[in-house]
Amino acid sequence: MHSKFLFVLVLLLVMPLAYADQAVITKDDPVLEKRVMALSTHLRCLVCQNQTIADSNAELAVDLKNQVREKLRQGQSEQEILDYMVKRYGEFVLFSPLVKSTTWLLWFGPLSLLVVGLGVLFVILRQRHKMMQQAPALSADEHARAASLLSGKEGEGHS
Amino acid sequence: MNRFLLPLGAFIVLVIFLWIGLTLNPREVPSPLINKVAPTFRLPQLHHSDKTIGPEDLRGKVWLLNVWSSWCVTCRQEHPLLVELGRQNLVPIYGLNYKDNRDDGLALLRSSGDPYVLSAYDREGNVGIDWGVYGVPETFVIDKSGFIRHKFIGALTPELIQNKLIPLIKELNGA
Repeated sequence: MHSKFLFVLVLLLVMPLAYADQAVITKDDPVLEKRVMALSTHLRCLVCQNQTIADSNAELAVDLKNQVREKLRQGQSEQEILDYMVKRYGEFVLFSPLVKSTTWLLWFGPLSLLVVGLGVLFVILRQRHKMMQQAPALSADEHARAASLLSGKEGEGHS
Repeated sequence: MNRFLLPLGAFIVLVIFLWIGLTLNPREVPSPLINKVAPTFRLPQLHHSDKTIGPEDLRGKVWLLNVWSSWCVTCRQEHPLLVELGRQNLVPIYGLNYKDNRDDGLALLRSSGDPYVLSAYDREGNVGIDWGVYGVPETFVIDKSGFIRHKFIGALTPELIQNKLIPLIKELNGA
């Protein structure tokens, strides 16, 4: 028990180390830095493909961030920089894909699947509802038989 | 029977898509620079820092640009193949020494052979970014009018050289 407690304590103590290596923000121009980081969240790191270059410390990501910073400093607009990156690395570099005919399936596929699914569910429920209403009512005899069957089953189940 | 056919069909289509997905290599991002004019640059040479090199100097011939670095393990694996290709005199190979120390780069060429006509020295990697380099080694094929015709991402292999690179160079030289 004692050693377990110690172990947890050690884990808690080393926890801040996990943050030690996160992407460093240079402090000399906070406004520019903010723009660099904002734009970086839209760009994919091609080495670590499921991260943006804002999240990544890979060398390429650092280089790309430097490029973004340099270009912003030169007065280029955000859109110009994105266009530059797309020209060099392809549309894959954009973290959220563009909406165009080849990506319609990607963007709207899940939603349309949901709509279709709900539609199917609705139709089935309505059919079932209709069937229930159209089902012939039971006569008194049949009611009695059903009741006895049910209670009989229940009896068996208990024994 | 029919009510199972539709879900089964959908399932089979899904499996086929996933199967194809498994065979794709997500690391190979097709370059948008293919069939575009090669991005220009003017860089000092690796061996002679007082001389420069740029794509304009190579107009009129088909050439390769191999992006390499001494710290890149895969480049070292690829290196003997390039030396061999260089010996065959099929195509001039130019190097882009990417984010390397000049001395380290030169040392590698001294010890393992130098397949390059010459290497450009890209200390900061800015030219690399301009060319859309994201993982060394990469090899670009540039045609006589300065257009990039192909990009090999990752190390070349004997098969790639025989089946793809050499036929492409012959085709570009013939045209």
